[in-house]
Amino acid sequence: MTTETVVIVGGGQAGAQAAVSLRQEGFEGRVVLIGDEPVLPYQRPPLSKTFLAGELAKERLFIKPAAFYEKVNVEHLLGEVVRGIDTIKQEVSCSSGQGLHYSHLILATGGRVRLLDCPGANHPQVHYLRTLGDVEAMQEKFTAGARLVVIGGGYVGLETAAVALKHGLKVTLLVARPTPLGRVTSPEVGKFFEDVHRQAGVTLCCNTGVESIEDDMGDGKVAAVVTDSGYRVLADIVVVGIGLLPNVELAESAGVSCDNGVVVDEYGRTSVDNIYAAGDCANHPNPIYQRRLRLESVQNAVDQGKAVAATICGKDKPYAQVPWFWSDQYDLKLQTAGINAGYDQAIVRGDIASRSFAVFYLCKGRLLAVDAINRPAEFVAARNILSKGLAVNIERLQDESIPAKDLADVHTQSPAKSVKKEGLSQQEVA
Amino acid sequence: MIKVTYIESDGTSRDVNLEEGVNLMDAALDNMVPGIDGDCGGACACATCHVHVEPSWIDKLKPMDETEDAMLELTDDRNENSRLGCQIITTPELDGLIVYTPEGQH
Repeated sequence: MTTETVVIVGGGQAGAQAAVSLRQEGFEGRVVLIGDEPVLPYQRPPLSKTFLAGELAKERLFIKPAAFYEKVNVEHLLGEVVRGIDTIKQEVSCSSGQGLHYSHLILATGGRVRLLDCPGANHPQVHYLRTLGDVEAMQEKFTAGARLVVIGGGYVGLETAAVALKHGLKVTLLVARPTPLGRVTSPEVGKFFEDVHRQAGVTLCCNTGVESIEDDMGDGKVAAVVTDSGYRVLADIVVVGIGLLPNVELAESAGVSCDNGVVVDEYGRTSVDNIYAAGDCANHPNPIYQRRLRLESVQNAVDQGKAVAATICGKDKPYAQVPWFWSDQYDLKLQTAGINAGYDQAIVRGDIASRSFAVFYLCKGRLLAVDAINRPAEFVAARNILSKGLAVNIERLQDESIPAKDLADVHTQSPAKSVKKEGLSQQEVA
Repeated sequence: MIKVTYIESDGTSRDVNLEEGVNLMDAALDNMVPGIDGDCGGACACATCHVHVEPSWIDKLKPMDETEDAMLELTDDRNENSRLGCQIITTPELDGLIVYTPEGQH
């Protein structure tokens, strides 16, 4: 009997989880994790939070210590890029020339930052924030008094601005949409974060695009960000956070079906036998929302990694989670459960001005999602309601005399009773 | 050094010697204690580092905050000795602490 081999392409959260979960599910064959970064899998969320702030040691970023992989017998090839997949021979070819046979192949290829597309975008002071290397390259410029221009009002942009401001940088934040977080939250919550950053001292411009980046003095030291509203903002450092593109090229080149990500079923299986996908790159069906999602979050990476590992081990554990996500900015913890896309009602619980409130998003009376700002109990309650398909009613959601844990309306049957499984996280629904 | 004992659901006991100021989630990962996932990296955002603290030790811990209390509601088997490992930071007073780890966090 030949030993089965699982090859995992991608050394991020999903790839690491799949490797760990394969062993937990009892897989006894060979497991090889291939990552294009030169380091073991690490957590990305702290990169724009505590790690950027210098509050978290680098060693703490790693998902598991090196000894762990040895102990559970997971091989890793780091700094190695997979160039192609031969689906007939079931073999991947690496940049080093190495070929590797697989019995099962997991694509956990993640995503790459969307690049700024304007004249001068390759200025040496322009940075992106996705990898450990990206942050290490910008950290030395995070000194008090330095002028920072952040381009992009998503989570990465807002968290970067918050950390920079705490470090005494002079921060300008350029947001293309009418409010920050415009792609993932409501105008109410976006406006709240706009006010928070303004009050903290960020110069924040909404509805503002970038025309070009000029080199101020011709020496590459200072960038001048020229906006479409005619401003010219000088920057010692520019950080761009304008989204992520799923890495699908490898899958596409192998004939694996892709459509805004690698298309998978609830078990993480792609259109090609013995090839699976998980994490930021995977476009999957979500039974709670009855539609396909591609999520960029830790929760999604972890839970999909687990589901794929279970599938390979012949266990029936379909991925059916409530997405969840968090963001830390200043003294605020934003926790999101569910996906609010398509909501027709936003119900605010608590006082927005108090910096502790929750916004519940409903569609035809059914709860879709919550944004909880310094309201962990509401976040937890919403996850529970969403995962069990429980009903809610507006009066109860608004009534602060009712404890958050009792928010589900137990007397009414939900209009869309759904999945019973516990749920998950979101960053972006593309 | 501060000695912390993790007891797994199958009874396996494991002593770990820790520096001061380390949280029990990180310490569990570093020492490959099973049953602790720590998916969010200690941001008190995921509730996958749930432990049951040996009852005689529970009062010696710094009380939990509102976030930890809420997040513990996501765990399957919460009881009066439940805490999140990421929120327990070692101090000299905790030398000898005993915690029980669940079989799995999900």
